[in-house]
Amino acid sequence: MTTAAVKPASMAQALQRAMRDAMAEDPTVHVMGEDVGTLGGVFRVTDGLAKEFGEDRCTDTPLAEAGILGTAVGMAMYGLRPVVEMQFDAFAYPAFEQLISHVARMRNRTRGGMPMPITVRVPYGGGIGGVEHHSDSSEAYYMATPGLHVVTPSTVDDAYGLLRAAIASDDPVVFLEPKRLYWSKATWSPDAPSAVEPIGRAVVRRPGRSATLITYGPSVPVCMEAAEAAASEGWDLEVVDLRSLVPFDDETVCASVRRTGRAVVVHEATGFGGPGGEIAARVTERCFHHLEAPVLRVAGFDIPYPPPMLERHHLPGVDRVLDAVARLQWEAGS
Amino acid sequence: MTVQELPGAAAYRPTPPPAWKPRTDPAPLLPDPEPYRVLGTDAAAGADPELLLRLYAALVRGRRYNVQATALTKQGRLAVYPSSTGQEACEVAAALALEDRDWLFPSYRDTLAAVVRGLDPVQALTLLRGDWHTGYDPREHRIAPLCTPLATQLPHAVGLAHAARLKGDDVVALAMVGDGGTSEGDFHEALNFAAVWRAPVVFLVQNNGFAISVPLAKQTAAPSLAHKAVGYGMPGRLVDGNDAAAVHEVLGEALARARRGGGPTLIEAVTYRIDAHTNADDATRYRGEVEVEAWRAHDPIRLLERELTERGLLDDDGKRAAADAAETMAADLRERMNADPVLDPMDLFTHVYAEQTSQLREQAAQLRAELAAEGEAR
Repeated sequence: MTTAAVKPASMAQALQRAMRDAMAEDPTVHVMGEDVGTLGGVFRVTDGLAKEFGEDRCTDTPLAEAGILGTAVGMAMYGLRPVVEMQFDAFAYPAFEQLISHVARMRNRTRGGMPMPITVRVPYGGGIGGVEHHSDSSEAYYMATPGLHVVTPSTVDDAYGLLRAAIASDDPVVFLEPKRLYWSKATWSPDAPSAVEPIGRAVVRRPGRSATLITYGPSVPVCMEAAEAAASEGWDLEVVDLRSLVPFDDETVCASVRRTGRAVVVHEATGFGGPGGEIAARVTERCFHHLEAPVLRVAGFDIPYPPPMLERHHLPGVDRVLDAVARLQWEAGS
Repeated sequence: MTVQELPGAAAYRPTPPPAWKPRTDPAPLLPDPEPYRVLGTDAAAGADPELLLRLYAALVRGRRYNVQATALTKQGRLAVYPSSTGQEACEVAAALALEDRDWLFPSYRDTLAAVVRGLDPVQALTLLRGDWHTGYDPREHRIAPLCTPLATQLPHAVGLAHAARLKGDDVVALAMVGDGGTSEGDFHEALNFAAVWRAPVVFLVQNNGFAISVPLAKQTAAPSLAHKAVGYGMPGRLVDGNDAAAVHEVLGEALARARRGGGPTLIEAVTYRIDAHTNADDATRYRGEVEVEAWRAHDPIRLLERELTERGLLDDDGKRAAADAAETMAADLRERMNADPVLDPMDLFTHVYAEQTSQLREQAAQLRAELAAEGEAR
């Protein structure tokens, strides 16, 4: 590998590269969705794939999400490995019936006879100034559906490695792409891409001793920034990037919380009935005797996603994370 | 610059919108004004006697299967049975029109089509018995799992047919749906995708008059369900769904058209659900006996029996032979369904994912411990 090949690459480019490499290696991989062909996707994540592999491998479909995912089911039944793009989080809802009633259950329904190796890519989350229906964090809906894997990267490396793993998986993966990180860059070589990352493992992004911030996707950079700011207050925060919401890595999360004794779950999705409730319950059930304070949640408010001029009040930011850390009963602790 | 100041305004001549061009001529796509029939018409003379006899044997067996499955619900051996009594011509013709390599996409009311295709009735009825969701290997039989959510199997059929065509395989998918299902969004999306992709797929709508209790008039204002095809740019065919010879012929033409790259066809088979929606339904709340009797007179077995008898192709011995074969099938089904299936509760965790998650391993251990405790209590 020459150093010249290593240059800043965006998450969108890494995702494109993951699909391109998967398509080159495996002729059964088919990309399909709205505007994914000629245009290269509204976020340009599928840029160049139709040109390189032809429109039968990277297909502009009619504008109908249930039809896109429903036909992908049939293609998977015949042995193909579809990678489906849902254009935006809230535009994926018409495909829910296919996802929940068929994609998630087909393996179980057929006693393993008909697995569904489908990747459903969904750009999600806010912070890009999108108008209504362009900024939802819909992960809790997917998490509540047995049979699906739910994965979300927060780094350029993981975007490549996790998407490769998702496409290679014989189970359906809802692959949530934090759209405000699409243009985040890292020093990354498309000529020597990062390794395929196994699905289901969380990673400690920043080691610390005072408390654990449990987070994923677009909230990871927020928590990293909060941890840096907290250092000046004397708190040494650990940041755990879940990467995979299903399967959930109890082991890494609980090992961290047992070390630190305190935890805050941070996500954009609404708090009530959101992922944080499940995570806080799991941590409490498993780490109760190690906890110095209740597990707190920093989440989006329980409101429909706000208009862009107000979204900064809704999204969990550094200050809100630090406020939660301050409420972790430090004075009562050992 | 205002509109008035646009250059060349004085010389401007109105023309049609530049993007518009004619797409598909709708005339050849339109269905016949009346359901196509063979039996009792001049067309019957051209029908292959051997095929008619095959259809007859399968119809008699199919009726007996419906009666037996309904009886099994009363004996508590099936959780539920959506009968296709009165609709056997569609079920039988669908199965017999397909080649072995083709795929069938049945709804929950189409177990008979799967059985005529060669599936063991016990396997076909697994979902309705309640011991698992699908009782057969779909790839082995090229029969998709029985689909309960309405019309959602139609895009699957389109996707499979599309994949087969991309691979260069000579495979056609036949997707079955009811009149109620045509109101679902998935019906629309499947037909649209199929037409755009020219997928080798045939949609067979069994218009049996009711979606549970709701009659067709409350379901659609379309001239006929077959007319819906025109909007997608595919041909619509209207056929007497109780005329097995007609359904078989129309299906055969549509399948051949799909096979030679001509794209999809929508077929509306006009039939009638003689039984209630399922054994749990009470049809007297929404329809009268006069209507049912009129349809009993247009019974698929009777129609074909008359044709065969008149042409000297079927005598009393032939009828008895068909009835005896059906009886043998029913006795075997009854006997095997009377045995309790052996179930392993641990199967609940086996096929959720390719590899069990740690959470499911914990839950499986919990159930295993509960089962062990139950065993000790006994």
